Amino acid sequence: MSSTAVAVNNGVNVEALLGAREALTAAPEAAKFVWRAHSTWQDGTHTETSVKKFFGLGGEQSHRQEFVYDTDHPEIFASEDKGSTPVEMVLVGLAGCLSAGIAAVAQNRGIQLHSVTATLEAPMDIQGILGIDADVRNGFDAITVDYRIDADASEEDIRALVAQSQKRSAVFDIITNPTDVHVRVNA
Amino acid sequence: MSEPADILFRQAGARGEAVLDTLVIGAGHSGLAVSRLLAARGIRHVVLERGEVADAWRKRRWDSLRLLTPNKLTRLPGFAYAGDDPDGFMRVADLVALLEEYARGAPVVTRAEVTAVRRDGDAWCVASTRGTWRARTVVLASGAAALPCVPSFASRVPADVAQLTPLDYRSPEQVAPGGVLVVGASATGLQFADELVRAGREVTLAVGEHVRMPRHYRGLDIVEWLVRAGISDERYDDIDDINRGRDLPSPQLVGDRTRPILDLNSLTDAGVTIAGRLMGVRDGVALFSGGLRNACALADLKLRRLLDAIDASAVNGPALPAAERFEPTRVPAKPPLALSLGDARTVTKSGPGTGTTSVSTIIWATGYRPDFSWLDAPVFDRKGRLVHDGGIVAAPGLYVMGLPLMRRRKSSFIFGAEDDARDITAHLADFLARTSGRKSATATRVSVWASSRPYGRSYGRCAKPA
Repeated sequence: MSSTAVAVNNGVNVEALLGAREALTAAPEAAKFVWRAHSTWQDGTHTETSVKKFFGLGGEQSHRQEFVYDTDHPEIFASEDKGSTPVEMVLVGLAGCLSAGIAAVAQNRGIQLHSVTATLEAPMDIQGILGIDADVRNGFDAITVDYRIDADASEEDIRALVAQSQKRSAVFDIITNPTDVHVRVNA
Repeated sequence: MSEPADILFRQAGARGEAVLDTLVIGAGHSGLAVSRLLAARGIRHVVLERGEVADAWRKRRWDSLRLLTPNKLTRLPGFAYAGDDPDGFMRVADLVALLEEYARGAPVVTRAEVTAVRRDGDAWCVASTRGTWRARTVVLASGAAALPCVPSFASRVPADVAQLTPLDYRSPEQVAPGGVLVVGASATGLQFADELVRAGREVTLAVGEHVRMPRHYRGLDIVEWLVRAGISDERYDDIDDINRGRDLPSPQLVGDRTRPILDLNSLTDAGVTIAGRLMGVRDGVALFSGGLRNACALADLKLRRLLDAIDASAVNGPALPAAERFEPTRVPAKPPLALSLGDARTVTKSGPGTGTTSVSTIIWATGYRPDFSWLDAPVFDRKGRLVHDGGIVAAPGLYVMGLPLMRRRKSSFIFGAEDDARDITAHLADFLARTSGRKSATATRVSVWASSRPYGRSYGRCAKPA
């Protein structure tokens, strides 16, 4: 499939990814990563969270720069709306993860992408977080992701791309499957 | 001990030959196929069997089970089905009778459970409940389904919920009243869910990655298509990700020609509730993955790809019924994410529960693994899996048979044993020929030939383990 006459370029270095897969199969300890974020409450519902350092390949690693994210609530919640809501950040993470996966799988399968856009929707009944109805959960009722993909491939192959991306997606797994969460308070 | 094995003992003892050419562990279809081919090559061997011939088929299978392959395809070296029901599917008892007949004349030592296998000089030392044996080569044919794979969180299932595996499930009558959670969407899981819901039970089926396949397609049985299209012969070394291939659940089939397809849609129609993969148990509640839609989408895509390959293989063949495509898997609008187990009836906010009856039984149809706990050799990877190259284990003269996708896609089918056994015995014969120069130098005389222990004729003496 990757032996197409015209070189496909989705900007993903698949050779490097496949090389890493091979190397990490032989050295599974190096595959153990730790992701980190550091947050500081600002005021009201506004919190600033930054990411820079992480652990992987057996040592401390760093992004090229620090990335800073503001989370807040919109004005209809009587907040100052200095950033997206934390639940929207979850959608940001899911969209980023699935789309990166689509690009990587497409590259590996020799499929040239022209555009990949997604609209995410997550209905949520805020009676849960407001404690109005104990039968309503706090989180999303569900999440819908609608992709529009223009690529040199059949509809069937595009569907297979999106399916494979979900199968290998970290954020899809984090959202769909239970995760043990420890929240600790340090004096 | 069967007579031929006994005679072989005496002959070998009379000749003073202490070391067998080959010791085969397990007298199921794989071990017997190997034995038949070894005999044809004049290779001196014994088959050790912990119970009776076809032991697992006698003791560790459910009542309704039939083979997934039609009779006409059932074959072993020197045997091809010639009965009057070529399109039927054998019951377990039929297969046991077949293997019993097939084993006639084979040097099988029954009720000989292997307790240790280790390298000793230039040979293998095999300790069993019927004596100790030495052999230059060993074929592990003790079966891919020796132990059930059960996830570690099974220990968090409430104590009032019964847990069964396919090795101890027999029939719906055995299952206590109450709801049943069947975990796993392999042939096994689907067959259990199907017969339980037909017996009037409330059944939830937890579905992860699965292989959807119709029984019939374009006038032929699907297994015939797999053979015709060359798919069942695809080799292990031609497959991109062999570990993924070997971990695939068995295709969703049942040996029943009156059922054109057994899939999640037919189970939904019968009243089974379909849930995502079971991911854990927390506070007496089973938690399912929210990834059910994608698991089904992947299986539907792979089924369409399989049918495309079958259609392509049929292009130049005789006229056949038209190609067809199957309805996509219907996923419930709100698949359950949680299900109360036992009497706890815990209310959970993490998602809707299902049904009205609390689950009283979980059946783990979550796969099997072989049991090589008695094999003392550095031949396992970090996950405890036997390392082998198409059945040739990374230790001199050590072979394995009957594992999924061992040499070909058909390796896990009974009809798949023949080609694998031919390859393995050819390699083994070559190994014996290459190393025969060293044989006389290392052979020790039979030293414990007539012992006072029952069945205590040991075949050579082994060094103590280090």
